[in-house]
Amino acid sequence: MAEKEKMTLILFSGEMDKALAAFNIALGGAASGMDVTIFFTFWGLNVIKKNEGGIKSRGVMRNMLNFMNRGGAKRLPLSKFHMMGMGKSMMQGLMKDINFPQVDELMLTAKELGVKFIACTTTMGMMGIGKDAFITGVDSYAGVATYIAEARQSKINLFI
Amino acid sequence: MKADITIDCIGLYCPMPIVNTTRQMKAMQRGQVLEVVADDEGIKQDMPNWAKMTGNEFLGIEEEDGKYRVFVRKG
Repeated sequence: MAEKEKMTLILFSGEMDKALAAFNIALGGAASGMDVTIFFTFWGLNVIKKNEGGIKSRGVMRNMLNFMNRGGAKRLPLSKFHMMGMGKSMMQGLMKDINFPQVDELMLTAKELGVKFIACTTTMGMMGIGKDAFITGVDSYAGVATYIAEARQSKINLFI
Repeated sequence: MKADITIDCIGLYCPMPIVNTTRQMKAMQRGQVLEVVADDEGIKQDMPNWAKMTGNEFLGIEEEDGKYRVFVRKG
């Protein structure tokens, strides 16, 4: 069989709506027979953090950041009309109304269809986030050269 | 049109009908026909495009009362 076409997404954002868009496109690509890779970087790492437990890191600044920027697929805010979480639960209600999956469910489906998750090691180092902070679905930890190597062969390449 | 297997995607929106189609197709043999029943209008464009990309054959759509019965043959 011919080699599959590739799709590469960079998920830079840590908001629920943007994560939904990213996983929607990723699922579409995987379902259409593409090899899909998502690079999670900066705030995007929040999407693949575990929902439970705290994050321990070195230094007061990093611990403070990780306390305020806890992350986890269930904790992502809306990029618009979040309103201390009220807007988010209303949006989640609308999603349920049309049987649309939540971020964590879409993420599981993405793994089921073979979507590759890569976490950015630079952000991890800067923010003091260890591998144990992430869900088990993360396939590897890498930097920009790995992204370039994937993206240069990709037919679809998006920054979200 | 007669199908070997039917899946119900009523009430589901993009990308779930396509995702469920992909899941079901994995369990089918070449030449078998899958019927997808859906009510998201996006399926009218999405299914022929999906079939083209994945080497499956789009056989047609029957539309009635806002419901779409979409037929695809596994290639």
